[in-house]
Amino acid sequence: MPRKALARALLTGAALLALGGAASADEQYFPLQSYRVGPYAAGGTGFFGGFIDYLTLINSRDGGVNGVKLTWSEGETQYEVERGVEVYERLKSRPGIAAWNPLSVGIAYAMIDRITADKVPLITINHGRTDSTDGRVFPFVFPLLLNPYSETSGIVEYLATREGGLDKLKGKTIAVLYHGSPYGKETIPIYEQLAKQHGFKVEQIEVPHPGNEQQSQWLTIRRLRPDYVVLRGWGVMNPVALKTAQKTGFPASRIVGNVWSNSEEDVIPAGDAAKGYVAITTQASGTQYPVIQEIVRGVYETGAGNLADKKRIGSVYHNLGVLNGILNVEAVRIAQEKFGRRTLTGDEVRWGFEHLRLDEARVAKLGAKGLFHSINVTCANHEGEGRVTFQQWDGAKWSVVSDWIKPDWAALRPIIEASSTAYAKERGLTPRDCEAEERVGDTGKRASAEGK
Amino acid sequence: MSPDLAFLVEVVVGGLLSGVMYALVAIGFVLIYKTSGVLNFAQGAMVLFAALTFVSLIERGLPFPAALAATLAVMVVVGLTIERAVLRPLVNQPPITLFMATLGVAYVIEGAAQLAWGTQVHALDLGIDDTPFDVAGVLVSRFDLFAAALAGLMVALLTLFFRFTRTGLAFRAVAEDPLAALNAGLRLPRIWSAVWIASGIVALVAGLLWGARLGVQFSLSLVVLKALPVLVLGGFDSIAGAIVAGLIVGAAEKLAEVYLGPFIGGGIEGWIAYVAALAFLLIKPSGLFGQRSVERV
Repeated sequence: MPRKALARALLTGAALLALGGAASADEQYFPLQSYRVGPYAAGGTGFFGGFIDYLTLINSRDGGVNGVKLTWSEGETQYEVERGVEVYERLKSRPGIAAWNPLSVGIAYAMIDRITADKVPLITINHGRTDSTDGRVFPFVFPLLLNPYSETSGIVEYLATREGGLDKLKGKTIAVLYHGSPYGKETIPIYEQLAKQHGFKVEQIEVPHPGNEQQSQWLTIRRLRPDYVVLRGWGVMNPVALKTAQKTGFPASRIVGNVWSNSEEDVIPAGDAAKGYVAITTQASGTQYPVIQEIVRGVYETGAGNLADKKRIGSVYHNLGVLNGILNVEAVRIAQEKFGRRTLTGDEVRWGFEHLRLDEARVAKLGAKGLFHSINVTCANHEGEGRVTFQQWDGAKWSVVSDWIKPDWAALRPIIEASSTAYAKERGLTPRDCEAEERVGDTGKRASAEGK
Repeated sequence: MSPDLAFLVEVVVGGLLSGVMYALVAIGFVLIYKTSGVLNFAQGAMVLFAALTFVSLIERGLPFPAALAATLAVMVVVGLTIERAVLRPLVNQPPITLFMATLGVAYVIEGAAQLAWGTQVHALDLGIDDTPFDVAGVLVSRFDLFAAALAGLMVALLTLFFRFTRTGLAFRAVAEDPLAALNAGLRLPRIWSAVWIASGIVALVAGLLWGARLGVQFSLSLVVLKALPVLVLGGFDSIAGAIVAGLIVGAAEKLAEVYLGPFIGGGIEGWIAYVAALAFLLIKPSGLFGQRSVERV
């Protein structure tokens, strides 16, 4: 080979190597345990579609986060725990993993030990273990915005606003219709406690999985004559509850759904029986928010949108996915400010999540004013004091019918700490000293050193 | 009527009407089992496929009768395809092989349904008002009454078919003794094809009624879970058994949930029917109306 050609080849090779190195160094990767087929595909396509749409927007509009390109790949789980774990094992060795976002209680539970050992954050937005709110015991788990207990408190606060104050709940009867699963049963003790605290009567009624037959539960409710029914459902249980309520003469406007009973997929199959039904949410639905408009213009109009059906843009699950994207991206951005504008390790991104503080001004700057309120995550509080609002279904769309409501976090914290302390004791864990970590800043230094 | 008595009547009536819905699914199983000895696990998937096809055609602008006719045609093709492509090549294989084949068919149908019609949930409005009406303090669902009437009509038609038509009589002959039927000149493959078509039609009726009740979504295929205790109780080869057992299971599970549930934690409806069916199985293994198999040794 002539010398010149050899030199050119070597130079090209060196340049390619450098480019390759730079490309992998400037990418932050999101492994997605999505579910686009199977019984829960409607929710999965909406959520993961929204998440991917936001990552696409950040890449196309901003060139990534401070120049670090966001990448992702999907592994199909069909919402099954074994498949979710298999996808985790398959993708966990990819470089530059920012965080895991399975949107599945079962898969999240199965991953806690794994992600803790691998030091990568696990995001369980609006769901997951309540006690994982305590970041001292669960350093890598983030039930962002809402855990089951604060959801319960938020619902009770909302019912109080409908009655004219918490004191007006005294003597009222609230029936809780819950899914017969660990998820459904998780809030039983907190409803009992809040009932005692505020003087209302609570009747908790189980619906066996999958919930496609509820005649006897609603007849029981008819006999109880409660003031409100809280629906803590999942999947087919939700529309069946609304239809059976109609059949037994209970008004939909007195049924309040929890965060997994709040989507279009929960009400559309119920037809007219769902008109007037109210449900809690951490993010409003609709396309009027600037960030959603940007996704429409910058992503869908260029043919890069993830949803097959554009009519689903702005739906509950799609907006939840977008919001999840915002929180993940902002955690990466915050971590970059400390560790440098480069690919971060999972532990560094964990630090970013633990400093994820988006006040109303920052939320507005992100184009999400009205979409969600704010978040304030700390080392000890991995939920981040998310506020909730309530939407009512009019037969065609959801409309917000309440202010942003604050759950009673102060009352919930001791219960959460009691549970996390018991977990730590059972597993032989020593809870972190968050104050000391913040003071010394050793977490950042350690993570930074590992990153290098 | 005292409020307590009215409530009891309401629980029983609601249970009986739910039981009819379970029986509708169970009849699809019975038709296949009766003539070919196969427990068709794909019946739930067929119910889902029928409902999803119908609602998707309606949403694409087809008028109700045209969508119904088109779905009927699709279900005939589905029934025939399963029989020709899967079960006929497996004739004379052990029952467990045939059962596993239908299990595979169930997954294929569910996957095909998603490929063809997408993953979204749909509302299915058959135009029947579902607001209840009051009979002496007892609320009765209009929709459930309609479903019961339709199920009754279907059973009547099937009974007439089995009693008075040549094909129906051939079905019964095959059910009684396939080898004797073959010796008598009956064409078994044609009868099997016909029964799979009939099963597809029953799946369509069940799919429309259950779809209107639950919405059309993938968990619709789980309605088979409600049919299994009905089959155990009524016998796998008796249409009358499916109806009677459906009524018993429906009423029993509602009564148990309402009156027994509060004492043992609630949520018992899902498994109490199986307990009843298993207990009955110990006393009468062939079910209420099932044929007891007697073999000369």
